[in-house]
Amino acid sequence: MRIGVDVGGTNTDAVLMDGETVVASTKKPTTPNVGDGIVDAISTVIDSARIAVDKIAIVSIGTTHFTNAFVQRRGLDAVGAIRIGLPAAKALPPYAGWPAAIREAVGGQSVMVRGGHQCDGRETAPLDEIAIARAATRFRKSGLTSIAISAVFAPVNRSMEERAAEIVRNEAPDAAVTLSSMIGRVGLLERENAGIMNASLASLARATIGGFREALEKLGVNAPFYISQNDGTLMSAAFVEQYPVLTFASGPTNSMRGAAYLLALDDALVADIGGTTTDVGALHKGFPRESSTVVDIGGVRTNFRMPDVFAIGLGGGSLVTADDGRVKIGPQSVGYRITEDALVFGGTTTTATDIAVAAGYADIGDAERVKHLDDAFVARAVDEIHRLIEDGVDRMKTDAADRPLVLVGGGAILVDRPLKGVSAVYTDESAGVANAIGASIAQVGGEVDKVYSYEAVGRDKAIEQAVAEASANAAAAGAAAQTVKVTDLEELPLAYMPGGAVRLRVKVAGDLAA
Amino acid sequence: MAQYETRHTDRTLSAGAMTFSGDDLEDFARGAAFLGAGGGGDPYIGRLRAEAAIAEFGQPKIIGVDALADDALVAMVAMLGAPTVLVEKGIAGEDIDLAATRLAERIGRPIDALIPAEIGGVNSTLPIVAAARLGLPLVNADGMGRAFPGIHMTVMNFEGVSATPFVVVDEHLNTCIIETDDAQKAEEFVRSVAVQMGMSCVCSGYAMTGAEVKRATVANTMTAALELGRAIVDGRRTGDPAQAIVDYLRSSPIYGEARSLFRGKIVDLQRETTRGFSIGSCTLAAFDDDTVRMDIKFQNEHLIATQGETVRAVAPDLISLVDAENAEPVPVEAMRYGQRVDVIAVLAPRALRTPAALDAVSPRCFGLDHDYTPLDALPASTNF
Repeated sequence: MRIGVDVGGTNTDAVLMDGETVVASTKKPTTPNVGDGIVDAISTVIDSARIAVDKIAIVSIGTTHFTNAFVQRRGLDAVGAIRIGLPAAKALPPYAGWPAAIREAVGGQSVMVRGGHQCDGRETAPLDEIAIARAATRFRKSGLTSIAISAVFAPVNRSMEERAAEIVRNEAPDAAVTLSSMIGRVGLLERENAGIMNASLASLARATIGGFREALEKLGVNAPFYISQNDGTLMSAAFVEQYPVLTFASGPTNSMRGAAYLLALDDALVADIGGTTTDVGALHKGFPRESSTVVDIGGVRTNFRMPDVFAIGLGGGSLVTADDGRVKIGPQSVGYRITEDALVFGGTTTTATDIAVAAGYADIGDAERVKHLDDAFVARAVDEIHRLIEDGVDRMKTDAADRPLVLVGGGAILVDRPLKGVSAVYTDESAGVANAIGASIAQVGGEVDKVYSYEAVGRDKAIEQAVAEASANAAAAGAAAQTVKVTDLEELPLAYMPGGAVRLRVKVAGDLAA
Repeated sequence: MAQYETRHTDRTLSAGAMTFSGDDLEDFARGAAFLGAGGGGDPYIGRLRAEAAIAEFGQPKIIGVDALADDALVAMVAMLGAPTVLVEKGIAGEDIDLAATRLAERIGRPIDALIPAEIGGVNSTLPIVAAARLGLPLVNADGMGRAFPGIHMTVMNFEGVSATPFVVVDEHLNTCIIETDDAQKAEEFVRSVAVQMGMSCVCSGYAMTGAEVKRATVANTMTAALELGRAIVDGRRTGDPAQAIVDYLRSSPIYGEARSLFRGKIVDLQRETTRGFSIGSCTLAAFDDDTVRMDIKFQNEHLIATQGETVRAVAPDLISLVDAENAEPVPVEAMRYGQRVDVIAVLAPRALRTPAALDAVSPRCFGLDHDYTPLDALPASTNF
């Protein structure tokens, strides 16, 4: 049996899964030290299923803890950034384009040294090892405990980042070291930004993962535990301690994957309807489609793996108003105050939930309190709710064919009729803990992102090499080799240049080896 | 809209002179991304570089072509390389300085002003960096009024200005000076050198007199990029930024005609590398009717938009894709399945439509089996 946990900002959910069956699930408040909430949630599902702790084979945890901490600038470490690349890229030093507040929160210290590679992996300049050592010593003396290293074209050749890390560890043995090549794709500034973000979370990551570990020890759970990352695959706890930034988008990923899993759908759209917004995403072969554009987090540009989610300002708490006969819904919402402010709960604000109750298809609170609403107004508001969701669904579709839609989240009650562009609407009673289920079914992934010369290697051979390398990465991370499948393959020709240079990105995923 | 008008009085006061303030660089980069017609690389990085250079060296003087003495020496500066390499290697700074100074040495006299090669993508902002670093004025004009994939595809070349001596510099300050008898040959040599330099480099060439600038470039395109970028932002406030693009370009003395060709989502997208270019095509389908479609072919930049057999726009006219929601320009490399876009076409500046120009930039030069028909002579799209 396996346990999935979702540590959110408000709730900590846990599910106990036996194969494909949800044996038990629970929702508990998240505690300031995260560990207590996890103990509470896990012991609840274990108790209700009456199973022995040693029956648990694996625990996987999803969390939005690190995202929230960075965006809110809570508990961040000051970072020393080292960029290897001179003489290239000198015109834009590290932290270029960062908002001042977040730059201050991480200290903004950086050096640029000679080194780096060309796009085909050739060396641009030899690594300036002395400059690295000097920088590391300077950072250590100024009290920095976390160092982010980036090198030009490190995704193609990471040897200089690795060598620099060795030197840094010699000079500053206690410092946490982040390598950009472990995080991002081609695109120096964005990858470096993600590296600095990651470095700023070093202490918090140790404390949080330590909290997870203690909680499991307290429960007597000896099973290995994993953390789910942005793309719906798992990382070892030790890896997340070093690379917490890779969990940044695991929340929506887990919710989408968990929902699809409950309903056995591999290709579907998922709408997570909360109190204020609806997040619509698309699953392809059981994994969320990724955003191809640059992702902005707390005002800082990054290019790491994130699911493509379209947010609509519609939720259970969305304000419903009439203006000149037109009904307007959201984006303003009463949010978490819905249980006080909504009409059905005795409040004075008309919310989307009140409309669903007045229309007679939802049964929440006191229906008597919405009886006075005008029938025509309610009918138009119901139309508008469905139109908003139809619009969001259409935006996420990649073709005109009707697709299945899975509804999750408390606001799922807002939907009551067939939707345009949707072949069937699915919900499941366990959808409330879809995040935790998503964490429990996460797979182990591997990725390769490199530039190949198709003229020299040939396209088929290049893809074969990339897939083999990605599969080896997945197996090294704990995947059962026979279950590894290609989940994504992207070819991006390097424009303007002869030689058939193509950037090839291959992702694979497989089940955890038992 | 009133505020938008008053901000531009300086254009009429001193023809072509410009200064950047507030969000101007962001607006300029946005407008230049549109005029890049899908090509030219990530304008964000270009803008950051320009901001950093201005912070360090001060804002360069941007002058109109009429402010140039007829015997002034003006040189083009640009970056050349794969956009995916530019986002990693960027520029060093000294490489730009060296490209221009080596060119001046070769010619035997100092450069008086710099000029952008193209007003699309990173090559619209790089000359700002160069002018700031070198303390030279920048001419408010460019070589094509858009972006193109070859250094021979410039009005300078069409009007008989020599591209060479053409200086190419890498980040190590390795330098190559190319001298050829025609610009197309220079283009071929430069690309071979660029490969050796790691697929990106800085270059300077097209040394010309002030008199040549006045007759052999497209004037005031920097102003056009800035105003276009502002029009998009203003259009977001009024609710139809795509229409704001069309309205602005129709009123522009440089372009004069623009059209919304299509609104829909990308339902097919193919890219491959052939002959060293990113060549591909995409198909769009209308939101309300999947059978109403538009096909677009591109070679770094968009080349042709068709519906069935009917051509809706073709190079050298500009074809650009913008986000259907906020009209942010979408470069070829950022296109993806499912994206909702508006396709907007713009009549090319007159200098790109002369017989000499069409010898280098007609549809057939890009391997298309069509002759050039100007946008205003083509039937309008069925989707609008």
